[in-house]
Amino acid sequence: MPLSCRHLLGLDGMPKEDIQTILDTATSFREVLERPIKRVPTLQGKTVVNLFFESSTRTRTSFELAERRLSADVVNFSADASSVKKGESLKDTARNIEMMKIDTVVIRHASSGAAHFLSRVIDANVINAGDGSHEHPTQALLDMYSLRERRGSLEGMHVCIVGDIAHSRVARSNIYGLKTMGAEVSVCGPRTLVPRDVEKLGVRVYFDIDAAIADADVLNVLRIQLERQESAFFPSLREYRQYFGITRERLERAKRQITILHPGPINRDVEISADVADGENSIILQQVLNGVAVRMAVLYLLGTSS
Amino acid sequence: MQDNSLLVDEQGFQRTLTRLAHEILEFNKGSSNIAIVGIRTRGDFLARRLARKIQEIEHRELQVGVLDITLYRDDLRGKLNQPLLKGTDIFFDVTGKNIVLVDDVLFTGRTVRAALDALIDLGRPAAIQLAVLVDRGHRELPIKADFVGKNCPTSSDEEIQVRMSEIDGEDAVVLVRKGRY
Repeated sequence: MPLSCRHLLGLDGMPKEDIQTILDTATSFREVLERPIKRVPTLQGKTVVNLFFESSTRTRTSFELAERRLSADVVNFSADASSVKKGESLKDTARNIEMMKIDTVVIRHASSGAAHFLSRVIDANVINAGDGSHEHPTQALLDMYSLRERRGSLEGMHVCIVGDIAHSRVARSNIYGLKTMGAEVSVCGPRTLVPRDVEKLGVRVYFDIDAAIADADVLNVLRIQLERQESAFFPSLREYRQYFGITRERLERAKRQITILHPGPINRDVEISADVADGENSIILQQVLNGVAVRMAVLYLLGTSS
Repeated sequence: MQDNSLLVDEQGFQRTLTRLAHEILEFNKGSSNIAIVGIRTRGDFLARRLARKIQEIEHRELQVGVLDITLYRDDLRGKLNQPLLKGTDIFFDVTGKNIVLVDDVLFTGRTVRAALDALIDLGRPAAIQLAVLVDRGHRELPIKADFVGKNCPTSSDEEIQVRMSEIDGEDAVVLVRKGRY
């Protein structure tokens, strides 16, 4: 079943069937990743550009591995080594790249909407690898894949997203995707980091982590961006840990198995304690493996449709 | 206009499978080192049936796998309908085994070419043999089957349909003539 769209820009408005197709297809690629030869010739002769205007190691590495394992030709383009520093606009950069006969562009940009803009000015398939505080669809897809793998159907599952909701594209994509798949979604964080009208997205809001844990099956713990600490959204890291840090004691009070997700990189003993991050209910490392499989599925589905 | 003629009926289908099973065993001098791999979708059902027959003759468990060749196709680019990926399920090590690759119809040979590449990516089999229910000719690649259920020379406006009870409700091989207007 081909996807109904040529680009993956976000999960907002993406039909359930498309999400289902991507997750099902990823299962086949998980099998490829277990083989002695972890490469299939599917995208032979296709060229993919990783256009990263914002530094990222793990998402870029994950995309690059996925592309190479599908036998695509890969070009990496990062902002600090490029003409962007010399003042070139996004549109000009994109047009230049397009003239080089590229089939797919993977873009990460600090401005929300950059991927949408790109999809309007070039012919290639566009995959959003994170745009500002808007969306990061492949992260949410790999989160959903990992949850489905660990706990079965997403229907009716209660997922609570914890941390800096306001600045998080991971939170936004997860909310859209999970709601579409029939999961119950809530968010929890300090008042300064939860957007005021977030209920309009159909999520429940908690300001007390213990109340959130009492109701949840899954906690998706977001990274506290230490770089944002200067803007003083909360008084200190110590206080954040005290009120919102996910610790073994807090989880044990729930008397249930609560699955733990984290998009990485983790700040040990800030948003999540080390024993929880390494515990049996944590699927943080599986997320990394599944990330490659899910990105292969997206590249395959977009790259081979006519 | 469409005109069908029955090439193999239910009993014929059974007899052909039985003969193929014996031929595979004779050629490999028993079943001790063979494993059967079917190409999705009908090759998968054929592989399971052949394996059952061989087990009945030899009284020995046989390893059976399924191959999804979608990722290895050479026609993915121009295709209108993207085939649904169902995945490869081969839960044993192919290295050192005599692999009997099973498909329903041998036509251009492109599917088999893709299957060979897919199998070799899983390890290094001692040998790969090809068993097909029907060989209809029109090869585009230098590929030949080791075990053939039925040779049916066809013309290009004809089509061979293999029907299997698992999904089609009956076992039969039918020649379909797509008449020209």
